[in-house]
Amino acid sequence: MSEASADLDRVRAVVDAHRALRGALLPILHEIQAEFGHVDAAAVPVVAEGLNLSQAEVAAVLAFYRDFRTTAPGRHRIRICRAEACLARGADALLDHVRARLSLDLDQTGADGRFTLEPVWCLGNCALGPSVEIDGRLHGRVDAARFDEVMP
Amino acid sequence: MSRRIRVFVPRDAAALSVGADAVAAAILAEADHRDADVHLVRTGSRGLLWLEPLVEVEVDGRRHAYGPVAAADVPGLFDAGFLAAGPHALAHGPTEEIPWLMRQTRLTFARCGIVDPLSPTDYCAHGGHTGLARAVRMEPAAIVAEITASGLRGRGGAGFPTGLKWQTVHDAPAEEKFVCCNADEGDGGTFADRMIMEGDPFLLIEGMTIAGMAVGARHGWIYVRSEYPHAVATLRAAVARAYAEGWLGGDVLGSGRVFDLEVRVGAGAYVCGEETAMLESLEGRPGLVRAKPPLPALEGLFGRPTVVNNVLTLASVPVILAEGAAFYRDFGAGRSHGTQPFQLCGNVARGGLVELAFGVPLATLVDDFGGGTASGRPVRAVQVGGPLGAWLAASDLGLSADYETLAASGAMLGHGGIVVFDDTVDMGAMARAAMAFCAEESCGKCTPCRIGSTRARELLDRILDGRAGPAERALLDELCALMRDASLCALGGLAPLPVESALARFPEDFTPEAAARRAR
Repeated sequence: MSEASADLDRVRAVVDAHRALRGALLPILHEIQAEFGHVDAAAVPVVAEGLNLSQAEVAAVLAFYRDFRTTAPGRHRIRICRAEACLARGADALLDHVRARLSLDLDQTGADGRFTLEPVWCLGNCALGPSVEIDGRLHGRVDAARFDEVMP
Repeated sequence: MSRRIRVFVPRDAAALSVGADAVAAAILAEADHRDADVHLVRTGSRGLLWLEPLVEVEVDGRRHAYGPVAAADVPGLFDAGFLAAGPHALAHGPTEEIPWLMRQTRLTFARCGIVDPLSPTDYCAHGGHTGLARAVRMEPAAIVAEITASGLRGRGGAGFPTGLKWQTVHDAPAEEKFVCCNADEGDGGTFADRMIMEGDPFLLIEGMTIAGMAVGARHGWIYVRSEYPHAVATLRAAVARAYAEGWLGGDVLGSGRVFDLEVRVGAGAYVCGEETAMLESLEGRPGLVRAKPPLPALEGLFGRPTVVNNVLTLASVPVILAEGAAFYRDFGAGRSHGTQPFQLCGNVARGGLVELAFGVPLATLVDDFGGGTASGRPVRAVQVGGPLGAWLAASDLGLSADYETLAASGAMLGHGGIVVFDDTVDMGAMARAAMAFCAEESCGKCTPCRIGSTRARELLDRILDGRAGPAERALLDELCALMRDASLCALGGLAPLPVESALARFPEDFTPEAAARRAR
């Protein structure tokens, strides 16, 4: 998101659409992020004003929840499960492979903006691990070879 | 023209993760190519996850199973006459006669994997709404009494008597009350909530509606974790259909009673599975745990009396109303009544959803259902009850899976997840991972959890590196005791459990010799 006024108008529209909800802040931030990929600092005062909150209250929610980003992610978002059931099936070896393959560590976005690599604690696919989510799509039974096949 | 043949392919996230959509597309393409009149039904998962994608064909009213099917297998299946239940290397015979499924007691998961999750017709044809239809004719206090008599306890992990919680909300005088479903299934090694939300969402809606009738709440909320996008989409579609059918809204089943339902999505915070943190999140704030009292049953969402129950708890309610409290109470062991959907996973040959009455030995689950490890190596360790559950050794598997037996052994059932590891596991690393997880996910409100988890992780680093002596071990023990006794919620309170149980049962992984092996 840029600070372009058209984008901020869109943020205002999202806020207006959800203002009547009780506990509207998370649904609003989810929708802004779904549209722009992240929640820009410029959106914070707009959301705060629309919900009659302080900017600090909005910023605190953005900071607390792992899902919300304040910077643009890579074009492809790869989340790799780090929970026990996937570890039991070789998730550590898979992570080593993915790190080397993407030249990225966890919670990093490549300089070319292509990939963002993130850890996730459980995708609910614990009998079919190791699990990886790529651009919102869940993959199970992922080993190094399978990762190379499904990698965008 | 030949009769239409019904073929079933799951749309559960686990099945999709191993190619169910490609299999479904291949079946339709092949049927088209061969002029076969196939009607494809997308279902939830039967829970035989090691066989996913599991394809079923209905022949003379019985379903026959094939799995795990890859898209490339589909032409061969047609060649083998699978539309007439023909033999094939991937065939398992009639689904209901697969021993793994036949030996289960499916009460909560009775419909999951069988019906189209979003078909109101299927839901009613398979026994749906029998419980709610009875509940709408009952006095609220009588519904609560039925749940109390059933012995149902909270399936989220704490095992609190559901009837008592409902009674408290029922008795609280307030203009507005709420029912909140905790669907923030964040424990690694658990997926039963997800399977219900994706495979039988009307069941959850029915259970919540009954809860609303029982306590006098007219509004319900389902808080689903964002890591479950399929569950969110299925629930939202199911809620819309339930409104269209008159199952939700201003006149539930023509009873004149009101129940509205809303789906909200979390944002990647494990601690929001703690009920008061979830309420904070629903209200639009950071998920900071609240001090109790006041209990959420008295001052919950927006300060109103609120029932907070796990998905599996609420999904157990309809069968209790349909069949009566005595029917449900008769399953189980001791004070653990009814059935528990166990989630068998990790390094296990036949992982999936096993619903059985409480009291089954863990060995039956791990060895008989699970078939040992997927790697073929010996089972060394099993973690029961999520990332904050205790580690058990292979020699502990004689323990009965019920609340009291596990608690007496210093373990806990939690949400019923059972994660199996083979003999290559480094229990030192697993213990450290538990504290690292707690440090990562702590909401930061109380000091024992916020600071204790980081200090404990640092101590474990030193023990694992061989830099620690008896003083560090004593300090770790002290820190674990402090976290257990003084943390505000179960995150900090339980994080010592995996550490202490690993230290007690696998001491050989915490020695200087183990550290030297690790360094090599």
